[in-house]
Amino acid sequence: MGTIEMTAGGRSIGKGPGFRKSLMTLAASVMLATSVQAAAPATAEVNTTGLAVTDDSVTVGILHSITGTMAISEIGSVQAEKLAIEQINASGGVLGREIKYVQEDGASDWPTFAEKSRKLLRQDNVAAIFGAWTSASRKAILPVIEQYNGMLYYPTFYEGLEQSPNVVYTGQEATQQILAGIDWAVKEKGAKSFYLLGSDYIWPRTSNKIARKHIDKLGLKVVGEEYYPLGHTQFNSVINKIKLKKPDVIFASVVGGSNVAFYKQMKAAGVDFTDEKPLLLTISVTEDEIRGIGGENVEGIYASMKYFQSLDNPNNREFVTAFKETYGDDMVIGDVTQAAYLGPWLWKAAVEKAGSFDIDKIREVFAGIEFKKAPEGYVRIHENHHLWSKTRIGKAQIDGQYEVVFETEELMEPDPFPEGYQ
Amino acid sequence: MFDGYTSSELMSIFAMQGFAGLSLFSVFVLMALGLAIIFGQMGVINMAHGEFMILGAYTTYLTSGFFQSYLPGLFGGYFFVAIVLAFLICAALGALIEWLMIRHLYHRPLDTLLATWGLSLIMQQAYRSIFGAREVGVELPEWMMGAFQVTDMVELPINGLFVMIIALSIAVGVYLLMYRSGYGKNVRAVVQNRPMAEAVGINSAGIDRATFALGCGIAGIAGAAFTMIGSTGPSSGQAYIVDTFLVVVFGGAQSLIGTIVSAFGISQAQSTMEFFLSGSMAKVLTLLVVVGILMLRPEGLMALKVRR
Repeated sequence: MGTIEMTAGGRSIGKGPGFRKSLMTLAASVMLATSVQAAAPATAEVNTTGLAVTDDSVTVGILHSITGTMAISEIGSVQAEKLAIEQINASGGVLGREIKYVQEDGASDWPTFAEKSRKLLRQDNVAAIFGAWTSASRKAILPVIEQYNGMLYYPTFYEGLEQSPNVVYTGQEATQQILAGIDWAVKEKGAKSFYLLGSDYIWPRTSNKIARKHIDKLGLKVVGEEYYPLGHTQFNSVINKIKLKKPDVIFASVVGGSNVAFYKQMKAAGVDFTDEKPLLLTISVTEDEIRGIGGENVEGIYASMKYFQSLDNPNNREFVTAFKETYGDDMVIGDVTQAAYLGPWLWKAAVEKAGSFDIDKIREVFAGIEFKKAPEGYVRIHENHHLWSKTRIGKAQIDGQYEVVFETEELMEPDPFPEGYQ
Repeated sequence: MFDGYTSSELMSIFAMQGFAGLSLFSVFVLMALGLAIIFGQMGVINMAHGEFMILGAYTTYLTSGFFQSYLPGLFGGYFFVAIVLAFLICAALGALIEWLMIRHLYHRPLDTLLATWGLSLIMQQAYRSIFGAREVGVELPEWMMGAFQVTDMVELPINGLFVMIIALSIAVGVYLLMYRSGYGKNVRAVVQNRPMAEAVGINSAGIDRATFALGCGIAGIAGAAFTMIGSTGPSSGQAYIVDTFLVVVFGGAQSLIGTIVSAFGISQAQSTMEFFLSGSMAKVLTLLVVVGILMLRPEGLMALKVRR
């Protein structure tokens, strides 16, 4: 990996009598070893704001929950970020510097996230933070990272309605996921009526608001909209309601342990998703979640996301192999894990384009940064700090993998503040 | 509200809603019995109750894995083995915890609260280290999946029925144990007047240990049963603990009958309201009603009258 061209190569490397000699040595090492090492520009040049950058290393922060409820979801992201960092180091690092990381545990507790991000920025002076998972943890970090002018690479698909100059959103915002999903259900499956179901917090509520607007626009019907508290485990009542209303599509954004209960109880209530009566379209169940739910309970549901482990392209095959070699054969990779993997690579690309680790200089060059070797395929950073990416529809198989049945032709434009959808 | 539905559709919906309420009821009973026994008998609030449940769930997970690898022919029956194992393992751990920790704290109720809360954190992190942070999927035997087709519209989930049967058996078992056995007589004697019970030769320390173990064992069975309807992960127990306390406190701390009555009331209220309102609103209203009633009857629905 490492298709991103060195844009900072060949800048002045230092002054003084030893310069020529050191250049010779460097040139020799180029021939012997990697090519990027030679181009390492002086630290004073690429780091004017006191970040943790030395002549041969740069320190970044990883901030996810590895204990507490959210550990289930966030550990995959940590693994992906570390893998990306390892691979970048193996291919010569960033501006000739090896990436080191400081990992902190957000412990599934939002104030802890704020605390730890402050520590990473003030004490460790990290050049970038790869982290946060839930919107709540991102919102906790936000004021800190804006105050100290850091840069957060945030991997989760989320509700949108945010665009911080100090965050890069590598997951999809809500419209990218939802509009394509609903259009697909309408066009391909002839869906006319929808039942919106979600856990009770901001992401499902915002997502359903967008979904409802879109469904109204298409002149179709929402026959029910329903929210259950996080961690709710009894879905018999809503299953009865769904049976009574007979929607064509259940649009589900249930999260966490509730997911397991919901799908097990649907199955137990005699709903066979492979019949597609009703069809279930989810925006929250990745391969990771299926491991807990059980493939036999979700066989036949559809998911609208940008990445599935089964995506068939050379980048992804390489990524999946590397991931499994590092973390074991029984690993599964979900949408967010892949988005987390993009973080370090996009950061590297931006740093090299800017020729500097300075946050302000990186920010200027974000728009248009591309990553061609992304497992999901080509991605590009939009000027609103979100990613242009394709949306895919996957059909869940009994082995817990999705089979990709549809892919948008064009990259979907990220639109965190969709007009008329709020 | 009922426009557009035929009367036969409505009938079947009411039947299925009734069933939904009953299955919620059996879940509540399973959760709350273990806690109520410990709380009522020993005055110990066991904050780690949810984690004991999850221990039972993980036991079921391991048993199902074992049967799949070594006894695939008997897979259909693994669940019964799992229930027995879950009870035994949780009860054994419960007895150990009582001996190590709880018995030193009997006269300090607030400290038991903290200590068992700490225990719950330790157990959660232990599960996370042993089984991984991700939830595990427990595979069910074929016969437990699917539903009974009663009429065209009415379908009763088989695993729901199964949970109901377990809950019923355990409730009856606990009743017989508490009110029809020598052990139960001793327990009730200790609850009513500990010094007096000791004076007539009842080994109250032994009773305490057995009771704590029994409560934990029942939690284990509940955990095994919940693998059919819910998730099994390191912190899944937390999802149940609030409802469990609600049921026990509402029912009256020292009354098993009260626990059952309160489980019935709360589950029916909740599932009925869930049908007409959204899930979150139903929960809010249920909690409001419970708070209201507790303000009028601080002792809970069925307080045990004892002379102190």
